[in-house]
Amino acid sequence: MGLLSFLILCPFAGAVLIALTPRSFNVLFRLIALLTTFLSFAAATWVFFAFHPGATHVQFEEFCPWVGALRIGWHLGVDGLNVALVFMAALVAFAAACCSWEIKERQKEFYLLLLVMTGGILGAFASLDLFFFYFFHELALVPTFIMIGVWGRGENRNYATFKMTIYLSLGALIALIGLIALYVAAGARTFDIPELTRDVAARPIAASAQHWIFPLLMFGFGILVSLWPFHTWAPLGYGAAPTPTAMLHAGVLKKFGLYGLLRIALPLLPEGAQRWLPVLALLCLGNLLYCGLVAIRQKNLNLLIGNSSVAHMGFVFLGIASLSLVGVTGAVVVMVAHGLLAALAFALSGYLQNQLGTLEMEQMGGLLRKLPFVGTLLALAMFAGCGLPGFANFAGEVMVLFGAWGGHTTVVVLAAWAALIVGAVYMLRAIRTVLHGPLPEKWSGVADAPHAWRKLPFALLLAGLLLFGCVPRLLTDRIQPAALTVVRAVNGTPAALMATTQLPR
Amino acid sequence: MNDLLVMGLEAAVLVAGLAVLLLDLWTPPAEKRNLGYAAAIAVGAILLASFAIVLPRPLAAFGGMFVLDEFALFFDRFFLLAALLVLVISVEFADRFETGVAEFYALILFALAGMMFAASANDFTLLFVSLELITVTFYVLTSFQRRQTQSLEAGVKYLILGALSSAFLVYGIALIYGTAGTMSFTRLAEAAPAVLDSRLLQTGLLLVLVGLGFKIAVVPFQIWAPDVYQGAPTPATAFLAVGSKAAGFVLLLRVLFTAVPALGPRWSRLLIVLSAVTILYGVLCAIPQRNLKRLMGYSSIANAGFLLLGVATLSRDGVSAVLYYLGGYLFTVLGAFAVICVALRHTEGEDIPALAGLHQRSPLLAATLAMAMVSLAGVPPLAGFFGKFLLLKSALMVAGDQPALYVLVAVAVVGVVISLYYYFGVIRAMYWPAEPVEQGHLPPIQLSRPLRWSLLLCIAGMLWLGVLPGMVVNLANLAAQTLLP
Repeated sequence: MGLLSFLILCPFAGAVLIALTPRSFNVLFRLIALLTTFLSFAAATWVFFAFHPGATHVQFEEFCPWVGALRIGWHLGVDGLNVALVFMAALVAFAAACCSWEIKERQKEFYLLLLVMTGGILGAFASLDLFFFYFFHELALVPTFIMIGVWGRGENRNYATFKMTIYLSLGALIALIGLIALYVAAGARTFDIPELTRDVAARPIAASAQHWIFPLLMFGFGILVSLWPFHTWAPLGYGAAPTPTAMLHAGVLKKFGLYGLLRIALPLLPEGAQRWLPVLALLCLGNLLYCGLVAIRQKNLNLLIGNSSVAHMGFVFLGIASLSLVGVTGAVVVMVAHGLLAALAFALSGYLQNQLGTLEMEQMGGLLRKLPFVGTLLALAMFAGCGLPGFANFAGEVMVLFGAWGGHTTVVVLAAWAALIVGAVYMLRAIRTVLHGPLPEKWSGVADAPHAWRKLPFALLLAGLLLFGCVPRLLTDRIQPAALTVVRAVNGTPAALMATTQLPR
Repeated sequence: MNDLLVMGLEAAVLVAGLAVLLLDLWTPPAEKRNLGYAAAIAVGAILLASFAIVLPRPLAAFGGMFVLDEFALFFDRFFLLAALLVLVISVEFADRFETGVAEFYALILFALAGMMFAASANDFTLLFVSLELITVTFYVLTSFQRRQTQSLEAGVKYLILGALSSAFLVYGIALIYGTAGTMSFTRLAEAAPAVLDSRLLQTGLLLVLVGLGFKIAVVPFQIWAPDVYQGAPTPATAFLAVGSKAAGFVLLLRVLFTAVPALGPRWSRLLIVLSAVTILYGVLCAIPQRNLKRLMGYSSIANAGFLLLGVATLSRDGVSAVLYYLGGYLFTVLGAFAVICVALRHTEGEDIPALAGLHQRSPLLAATLAMAMVSLAGVPPLAGFFGKFLLLKSALMVAGDQPALYVLVAVAVVGVVISLYYYFGVIRAMYWPAEPVEQGHLPPIQLSRPLRWSLLLCIAGMLWLGVLPGMVVNLANLAAQTLLP
């Protein structure tokens, strides 16, 4: 069994183990979840650092036929596009398992679903087969709904669950139709993504087909990533979700749609991409500006983080729409950085919710005195969200803005406003209201994260953000060759690429 | 003699049915219930024997009226497995019948024989006879709790509408015979191109479609389904949902692809419209339902629409997808009805909220029902997902030639999303009810060993078809290949 199979199957094995353990062993469920996600994390770390940067080919490749008649195979592998995502997913999954101590009821079912979700996420990012790519995503999606429905909080949770279920299922199904239509139009009769890509490069799909399949994928995946104006499920759903679920979904699972655009839609449907990506560039302004402005008005910390997470997706869309090497590389960096950031922010707000019983910012204040560790991390997370240099978000966002300057100057100007001004307004305001000012009497009993075990998930996520922020080459060197392949597949002409093949050092 | 050997499986089922009736005479009343297990074992043995059959080429009997090919064999196994599970459910239900427990088992076996004959029918005569064998036994099965008005109402409704549809069917067959001069599918296929333009033949075929549409509960012939599903004894409902529906599809596929293959392209628009309307009707009407069996009735209508989508593609991939979907549907629906049968007797009424706390009373029952709902909703890794995936794929494969299929696929997607609402509503009622139930009122539910194994079999089947589809895909492809070479 290869390393990738191991890191995908570990959580599933854990889920089976939990299913077979009697209900009374609550400690054991937690231990199994921690152990299996840690093993996945360790394997993913190994894969990330053993990955040979600069190579264009797929590494750690595994293949095994699954349904011979339909040519569906268990095909795993990592290249520049997904190696960092797999690493980030495994890191967030381990952190989410660490943060699950807040779950006190029906622990067996919770940890089981958490592990199924983790396995599904890792599988979706590591699969190089169209069928499994979708299959694993659906597998990860359904536990999300159940976890929000059962362990969610707030009066709105039923509404949020149904809203999220309907939005995301519809998005996933539209994407599925797009994927099948793509498979049919390609005429290659295989679900293997690399093989399909090679076939399509030799015999491009008819332009008329590309023009209607691409929007299916763009909007299907877009709904999954909360593309404006289909984003309203996101803040609501994250507000109602239990902390580990919000971390995993906002941090990792959501990136599936973006990854799908980069892995499948762009290389296989270049002409469709040329026609439709300008639309995406305009819609991303909705994310960046509209959702940023909405975030300013939020009174609830979780809704603020949820809206800012939707806003950040705008950068990734802009990077993809730029179709330049720097922009696409930056988009992948933002995906990784935002995954760590969103997980950190939701983990911290979950801690506050647990301590205070509320996330209404008006009732908070002065908490930094009581929560030196958590408070500092919250401030740092907010800084990362504003795009302060030193955090990975800065590296990605600046690359996106540089990359998009050539094609979408107006959008870049507006996006920079959204990032620098709007983002700073709500993030800094949140720091002020939550952490500074007088401490209300009722919070005198609030306690900081007591021991290293509780601090570990926060520290890990922050360490990831700082590491990639200070040494972005760890990411860009790995991403660049794959991003170049994507850009080249869409733009085709080498002449257009000459200006963009060098990354700023 | 040779002819009888070809229909050996059907004959064995009939003998088993008669044997149950005979054994009933010597069985003490207290033991009669267990005759169901004997019948189930016999069906299981026949199912195993069916895997010993190797068909290098299709066999025919009675002058080509009866064929045994891979397609028929696939459905024979399907019906046998369904009957096996239904018999186990029936034993759980048996103490609610005042009398005639053994007759109930025997009738299930006779209906099974009818379905197996339908799978092999290659002639309008056998089509009619097998369909009547199924329908008439179901008249009795649906009204078996004869002191309950609901059950009687179900029986009467089924009788009246069933008789009406049989009348349409006979009339249609008469018109076909009158125009083409033959009842045999094979000979009709030879004669059809010459007479296909005849209005009478087309009317006849349309009337046959009406008769079959009634069996598979396609709009506008679906009106009986919710009432009968709700009123009939649960095992009868389960068999109706799986066996009777599949029998309708077998015959529809045979007629469309063997008897009048030239008709397909002319009807494709009609089939697409029927499928779209059926899906929408099923999912929209299911939303407000509170009664679980009635909900399953509407769900079965919606599923008939999805299956018809595969038929409307008129391609081998489509037929193969229909067969695969039916395979997953068997485990899913029978699992659900097994739970309904056991769980609802311990609750007051059959309303969905009555399921509250089921997972504390019996984790296995709750898990089975939850998985069945997830599979029906088409969520991986269960059977329903792969079935729907194959159906949509087959439709998009040929949509280039028939653009109306794009609309149908869009309707199907909307249907799937709507259906999530009510399927997850059932899961929600079990695991996180609106009003929390007190622990004290929830005695655990004891399950008999055969039922426990049947539930596990259904779970295993849903997982098997969802995670390791290879083998059944091959079987379905093989069967579809005999129909559409």
